[in-house]
Amino acid sequence: MSDHKVQSSALAEENPSVVARPPVEEMRELKRLRWQDFVFSPRYGGFIALLAAVLIAPLFLDGLYEFDLAILVFINASVAITLNLLVGYAGQISLGHAAFFGLGGYGTAILATRHDWPALAALLAGVLLVAAVAFLIARPILRLKGHYLAMATLGLGMIIYLVITTETGLTGGPDGMSVAPMEIFGYMVFDELVWYWITGILLLLIYLLAVNVIESPVGRALRAVHGSEIAAINSGVNVTHYKTLIFVVSAMVAALMGGLFAFYSGFITPTSSDFMHSIEFVVMVVLGGMASVVGAVVGAVLLTLLPQFLAAMADYKWLTYGLILMLVMIFMPKGLVPTLHGWIRRWIP
Amino acid sequence: MSILRIESLTKVFGGLRAIDDLSFTIEPGSVHSVIGPNGAGKTTLFNLITGVYTPTSGRVLIEEQDVSALPTHSRAALGMSRTFQNLQICMNMSAIENVMLGRHLHLDGRFLPSLFRLPRIVRGDREARERCAELMEYVGLGRYINAEASGMPYGALKRLEIARSLAAEPKLLLLDEPAAGLNASETADLDEVIHKLGQAGVTVVLVEHDMKLVMNISEHIVVLNYGKKLAEGTAAEIRRNPDVIAAYLGAA
Ligand SMILES: Nc1ncnc2c1ncn2[C@@H]1O[C@H](COP(=O)(O)OP(=O)(O)OP(=O)(O)O)[C@@H](O)[C@H]1O
Ligand SMILES: [Mg+2]
Repeated sequence: MSDHKVQSSALAEENPSVVARPPVEEMRELKRLRWQDFVFSPRYGGFIALLAAVLIAPLFLDGLYEFDLAILVFINASVAITLNLLVGYAGQISLGHAAFFGLGGYGTAILATRHDWPALAALLAGVLLVAAVAFLIARPILRLKGHYLAMATLGLGMIIYLVITTETGLTGGPDGMSVAPMEIFGYMVFDELVWYWITGILLLLIYLLAVNVIESPVGRALRAVHGSEIAAINSGVNVTHYKTLIFVVSAMVAALMGGLFAFYSGFITPTSSDFMHSIEFVVMVVLGGMASVVGAVVGAVLLTLLPQFLAAMADYKWLTYGLILMLVMIFMPKGLVPTLHGWIRRWIP
Repeated sequence: MSILRIESLTKVFGGLRAIDDLSFTIEPGSVHSVIGPNGAGKTTLFNLITGVYTPTSGRVLIEEQDVSALPTHSRAALGMSRTFQNLQICMNMSAIENVMLGRHLHLDGRFLPSLFRLPRIVRGDREARERCAELMEYVGLGRYINAEASGMPYGALKRLEIARSLAAEPKLLLLDEPAAGLNASETADLDEVIHKLGQAGVTVVLVEHDMKLVMNISEHIVVLNYGKKLAEGTAAEIRRNPDVIAAYLGAA
């Protein structure tokens, strides 16, 4: 059996044209969906796992603190998934994504709190504001590549952070501002459990829509921009269009989550838009696994929960945190999920 | 009507005239070749035709339409497709997805239909996948249909690029040294594929160093030397052209 395999592949090396065209039955065989394809597919296995986790977790979560963590995980995971479309799939780094998160948060907070806008209208306005900003800077900024793009997005983040910190009259400055509670159709959203379901369902929705995009001509175009921009444009892909599109979309989702975060915490400070927060988002994507939706979720879970688990170590908390990140990247350079997937694939081909 | 017309095209890199006042016309149908010694400007010519480079002066016309101002992706939409001397494969994608990239212009590439996974997206992708699997068979890559591009050998990737170009159903197909790195039997297969394409009505422009392949299948040959046109004609005419012989002997 294995002998036969070795022989046929040796033959293939010598004369590919002989073995290159398998009989039709063999092809059908190759194409048939197997159970492992189902389990490991982000659309089925990944989504069902996430759905089950979101549905079952409330049974085990105990107290405000744990629900608070779950909500933070959902918010971060939603941002990480869409940031991954930009960074992992399209290969365009953004070191300033927290600025969109913060800008969305402040835009929403200011409109809802100072101008008494209805919550949903304020959220929408925050998202549209960020969409406009992202669209305006997308063209000049996305012409840059690699380190230069990293620097430019870093600078952009810093400028927005600076504006938020210094426009004290509007934003409350470095001290932040308190935010009116979210009121939807006359109902005040205070309860942690309600917030749990709002952010949880939103995460599921964003996950599914992201998978839709990935498994479509748009997703292929995005990955081609990463893989070979030359191949993409020569195949008729308008690279500028798709780069801009995914930059704006990921900024909009960050802004939406920023707005919800502001409502949820009842308070927002400039740190929500600072450099460290941007880096955290990128690390979620890289740690979980670039170009993996499931990876972005896993990265968000780890990066949100790790500091809490390590809290007991007091002085050594950040040291350990850094060490864990380094070790994962050294031993799993592709990120957690793709590496684990690769290992499992070796056992179940 | 010509399918491709090059009019006094010039491209200067620093002080180097990589393409120097070049003009020629490609009539639709059959196989044409552009040959010349290393550094003659063949790849530069392809980059000018596809719009990867902007010419220093001169024009490129596709079906008599001046495309000099069009970006590369818009030229692709006019029915032009190419392969690359230095492979341009998306190593982050599977083999068949690379071929499906070539079908981009035949699919709905708008954001909202994809976001909501409308039935047309699902159907379009399913049909594209089947078609691309057939194309992979056609160029002899049947056993790589489920492979990742990053795991394929060089010769297979060369053919994967051809499959990707064919997926676009181009009117004009530009092949930059498709036989480089292929063994004799693979080259023979390639010869057959190109010949079939020519007969199917695709206009093929071939850049190739394998003279046997070129002389076998091209109806019309343009010879470049130092960016200038050295000769033009049928295989028989080129073979006995003294300038061509001198240039090749000089280069060797
Ligand atoms: N981007 C560039 N910048 C500067 N010089 C270039 C560039 N591209 C090509 N050249 C130069 O232009 C000349 C023509 O190069 P080109 O690659 O077109 O040759 P070619 O005919 O394709 O050669 P080969 O047979 O080796 O592929 C060479 O001297 C090359 O060094
Ligand atoms: Mg060349």
